Formats: sequence, structure tokens, C-alpha cells
Amino acid sequence: MSIINNINKVFDHRIRLGIMSVLMVNEYANFTALKELLDVTDGNLASHAKALEKAEYITIEKQFIGKKPNTRYIATKLGRIAFQKHIEALEQLIKSSE
Amino acid sequence: MDSKDYLKDISEIKDMMNRSSRFISLSGLSGVLAGVYALIGAGIAYWLVSNSGREYLILDGRIFRLVILDLFLIAFFSIVTAIFLAVKKARKNNNKIWDVTTKRLLFNFLIPLVAGGLYILIILNQQKYGFTAAMMLIFYGLALVNASKYSIGDIQYLGIIEIVLGLICALLPGYGFWFWVLGFGVMHIVYGTVMYFKFDRKK
Repeated sequence: MSIINNINKVFDHRIRLGIMSVLMVNEYANFTALKELLDVTDGNLASHAKALEKAEYITIEKQFIGKKPNTRYIATKLGRIAFQKHIEALEQLIKSSE
Repeated sequence: MDSKDYLKDISEIKDMMNRSSRFISLSGLSGVLAGVYALIGAGIAYWLVSNSGREYLILDGRIFRLVILDLFLIAFFSIVTAIFLAVKKARKNNNKIWDVTTKRLLFNFLIPLVAGGLYILIILNQQKYGFTAAMMLIFYGLALVNASKYSIGDIQYLGIIEIVLGLICALLPGYGFWFWVLGFGVMHIVYGTVMYFKFDRKK
């Protein structure tokens, strides 16, 4: 089944789905903004972001604003394409089950 | 996973995309009230000018200054009401009021509005006051269209209506007051009501 193949295991989690959704429509998002939007703990967000980075779907940029660390998350081209495919596959599945 | 879960996934994706990129706490009610303030303010201005003993408004002091004050009060009360209701709506829905989406919306709304406002003040100072209403409508419309990318509620349609009204107004000199009443008073009430029933009532 080709449709099932497009369902991406990497996105099969609420937090990872959320991170990608936010990054699809924003140039970037920083750690605190993501944390508040998704309503998750620091550790949870960091580990799921790392999983997405490992798949090369997002890049993580660490910089300092003054003395405060600031982490930015940005979706990669690969990540955007993969997420788009994932959404299409979800829609297909919904359609075919109706 | 059955299709119900997929549906939930899709709606969560949509919700996240909207919440992270658009300011969603605008209340339709603030539009209605802004329209009401505009109508009251216009009534006061009309009364002031028709009781001044002159047929035209001229830039010579008391009456003119009172009309300007009247305009500022309308703007002031509209803004305060919009902020108050937005904060209330955000609290009710557990959203943050001052975040990236708010800043982005304000920034994009204020660029055409401030540019237009300054331009109107400059030409008023040069005694050219025939097109004030038309320009207020046009610049306000442009500000709405520009801001619409960062908010819900299809405010670009209100913006386009204001721009069209402003252009017609420019074609018909002498009717500026009535176009202003239509654009800032009536249109706000109509639009605010539609938005209120479309977005606020359901939840």
C-alpha cells in the first residue's frame, strides 16, 4: 500500500506533529514560543526536536542574545516536503475510509 | 490508528498553524463598538459644524480643533475597546495576548496607518483638507488588507470595501462626511456583527 508508506513514522507523535506545523508557517520559532504553543515541558520539547533534527527535517540554531541563550528551530526543505507528503497521506486515508 | 485519529491529527495541524502564525483573539464585538463610537462622534461633529454659523468647516480654530479632538476620541475609545475585548477573549481561550502574532499583526497594521495619518496631517497643515475623509478610508483599508495575513476574520474584505469607498469618496467631493460615516460607522457595525456570529458565537 503506497498510501500507508507515505505516513511518516517520524511525525507519528503529537509534539513532533506540532513542532512541524508551527515551523511550516513560520520562518523560525524559538524554544519558549514553541514550548508555550505546544504546552510541553523543556525536556520533552528538546528530545522531540532532537528526533526531528536527526531526521534532518529541522535545523537547530543555538545563539546568544546578550547573555541569554536562544535556540531557534527552522524547518529544512527536506522536512517541508516530508511533512507535506504526510499531510497528503493523512487526507488520502481519511478520504478512502469514508 | 483509525480515521478518527487521522482527522484529529489534521485538525491539530491546522490549529497549530493558525495559532502560531495568526492573531486569533480579535473580537467581532470591538468592530461593532468602534462603529457605534464613529457614529456618535460623527453626530457630534455634525452638530458642532452646523451650529458654528458657517456652512463649511475652515481651519481657523475652535470648531476645527474640536472636530480633531472628536476624531482622536473616537480612535482612542475604539482602540481601548479592541484591546480590552481581545485580552478578555485571549484569557477565555487560554491564549497569550502579547506574543509574536500580536506584534506581527500590529506592525503590519500600523505601517500604512501611520504613514497615512502623517500624510493627512501634513496636507491639513498646507490647508488642503478636501480629501481627508477619502484618504482616511483608503489608508485604513490598506492597513486592514496588510494586517489580514496575520489575523483571522477575513478583515481583508472590510479593507477592500474601505478602499473602494475611499476612492468613490474622492470622486465625489463634498460628500466626504457621509462616506466617512458609511465606512467607519456603518461598515464596522455590519462587519463586526458578521464576525461576531461567525467566530465568537460558536465557541
